Amino acid sequence: MLDDFLVRAALAGIGVSLATGPLGVFVVWRRMAYFGDATGHAAILGVALALASGLPIGLGSLLVAGAMALTVAALTGRGWAADTVLGVLAHSALAAGLVAISFVHGVRVDLQSFLFGDILAVSRMDLLFIWGGALLVVALIAWRWNRLLLSSVNADLATAAGERPARETLILTVALAVVVALSLKIVGALLISALLIIPAAAARPLARSPETMVVWATLMGAGAVLTGLWSSLTWDVPAGPAIVSASAALFLLAIMVGRLRRA
Amino acid sequence: MTALIEARDLWLKLGTQSVLRGVDLTLGAGEIVTIVGPNGSGKSTLLRTLLGALRPDRGLVTRAKGLRIGYIPQRLALDATLPLNVARFLALPKSRGRAATAAALARVDLAGFERRPLAGLSGGQMQRVLLARALLEAPQAILMDEPTQGLDQPGEAAFYRLLQEVRTETGAAVLMVSHDLHVVMAASDRVVCLNGHVCCEGAPAVVSNAPEYRALFGEGTQGALALYRHHHNHDGCDHA
Repeated sequence: MLDDFLVRAALAGIGVSLATGPLGVFVVWRRMAYFGDATGHAAILGVALALASGLPIGLGSLLVAGAMALTVAALTGRGWAADTVLGVLAHSALAAGLVAISFVHGVRVDLQSFLFGDILAVSRMDLLFIWGGALLVVALIAWRWNRLLLSSVNADLATAAGERPARETLILTVALAVVVALSLKIVGALLISALLIIPAAAARPLARSPETMVVWATLMGAGAVLTGLWSSLTWDVPAGPAIVSASAALFLLAIMVGRLRRA
Repeated sequence: MTALIEARDLWLKLGTQSVLRGVDLTLGAGEIVTIVGPNGSGKSTLLRTLLGALRPDRGLVTRAKGLRIGYIPQRLALDATLPLNVARFLALPKSRGRAATAAALARVDLAGFERRPLAGLSGGQMQRVLLARALLEAPQAILMDEPTQGLDQPGEAAFYRLLQEVRTETGAAVLMVSHDLHVVMAASDRVVCLNGHVCCEGAPAVVSNAPEYRALFGEGTQGALALYRHHHNHDGCDHA
């Protein structure tokens, strides 16, 4: 069954959605959209590093995305004007990555697949990496769920309850780097944060509790990936943008359903 | 008197601004202490340092071992994208049980509010939910950052009366930051005026029977509010 590239692509997409659902809701609740951008764009720099040094692409992007996420978390923690700093970091990382890749000789690089994803070329190894990483992220968030939730509501309340909100921030930061590394092949570096934000935003009008919002975000993500995959095949369009467009359509649909329900 | 929280010579810089400059403060068991001061005087910073959310550059905060703190933040900047009802919020990070939650809500006159979405509460209701949350901690000390900001004067007086009842029932100490320089909770044992450092401290004037007080507050506050007269004896404490 895994011999079929379509089956592998669908499984990869569902695997990624398992992780982007629970993480995406926190990205929305904590207003970390730019944070996701910076980390996602840094993955391109990681690709360049991996190509130059012979490391696996996944590991290279994980390392650089992780370094970027930790840097951003440290800067925000120190009260820097987060918006501007994140903007600078996000676009610098992307540009530096593109420049660095152009310097890597001897490897035929399909830059487009890193920028926009290449879900139809997912290998068995990729599948293992994606599902392993996704289950790790799900386990991490499930384990810390209540604490993550409280420190997202108010960090000082978490401190008063004897928790350490900085630790929860670190956990989300690590999870973000992992998700970026494993979504690179699915939607590409440019649109990774879209896969985190849009399904979570689409889940909001349908959810009455944090938990149902995670479930809806995951379903929306999986639905978007499968729809995008199908469109990519049918009309021969790049998979990443097709997936993000599909999630935008789901978002509109969810808003309308939410309105109807309230009416 | 045993100290629940003791701060010695706190210095703290935020960015380039020196916010706390050698602050000493003690909160004894069962005491009600109100911190007043102009905007930017470091009141919230001091409270968050005592709570343990900020680490002072110099100086020491000592909290009694195993101290249970109920904290009420200035306001809960709840993101509208987070669907959370009152009961779920009170159950974070761990549930205290349905009965205890219902009792705490009833104590703050919000019986039956469990399933109400947090985002739909009024300012006064939100403050009382936060008080219920603090009560669920079975606190020895309740720390509050401008708990009555955004409430009108009857609302403020009602909140202080509720707080005073709760204080009497639980015996918890109360340390609060007030947004008003001159009007404080009448039950305050001590008022501390802060402007980077402690400018003066003392008891609020009990003037609730004076005609001037009635003229200022009317009858509706039933003595929940009191005036604080500042007596600064050194420079650097100018404020309106």
